[in-house]
Amino acid sequence: MGQLMTATHNFGVAPIRAGTGVDTFKAALYLKTATVNAATTAYSASNEVSGTGYSAGGVGVTMGTVPTATNSSATAGVAFVTPSASITYTTVTLSTAFDAVLIYNSTQADKAVSVHTFGSQTITAGTFTLTMPANTTTTALIRLATT
Amino acid sequence: MALVTTTKGEMDESLLEKKEGSLDNDNESTTWVEYWLDGELVHRSAHVALKKPVTLAAEAASFT
Repeated sequence: MGQLMTATHNFGVAPIRAGTGVDTFKAALYLKTATVNAATTAYSASNEVSGTGYSAGGVGVTMGTVPTATNSSATAGVAFVTPSASITYTTVTLSTAFDAVLIYNSTQADKAVSVHTFGSQTITAGTFTLTMPANTTTTALIRLATT
Repeated sequence: MALVTTTKGEMDESLLEKKEGSLDNDNESTTWVEYWLDGELVHRSAHVALKKPVTLAAEAASFT
């Protein structure tokens, strides 16, 4: 499964890659009224938050740790990866309530990776920080598992 | 003297009313801090610690 997370296998039409390095990922915040979920396939500015200090598209996500894969039996295992640093929006004013973050791949046409929701927030001349869970088989932010 | 970034610029924390809160559930552990000046919200920051992973379940005999 670790090979799946690093695109070793191509079951369809491969994306064009400029190199073999890690892609660039970003995190965009969405309004409480937005619909972002498992059906979201790519970043869109529609219903994205806006306000002082926030740039459309959000901020970069640090993926400093390569995906890890472990097998707990001959048929069960998990591959996982977690951003290696918190996602921080510094000195922003976001007056309309928001409750979701979309992590997407800006190298690959802004394709969506995952959506994470939380209790709705507003920020006033302050900082919004998303801290990542521990990068383990059970808690990593993004997991690919067989049972 | 601690300074706080507010909608009115940097202000001494002692001049402001501070309110704090938290939320903890299966999905997140969140804290926030607000500073008020004469009934007006001039600063709000929040810190959300995500707990719940996104799991993609695969159906296969095994993966390498």
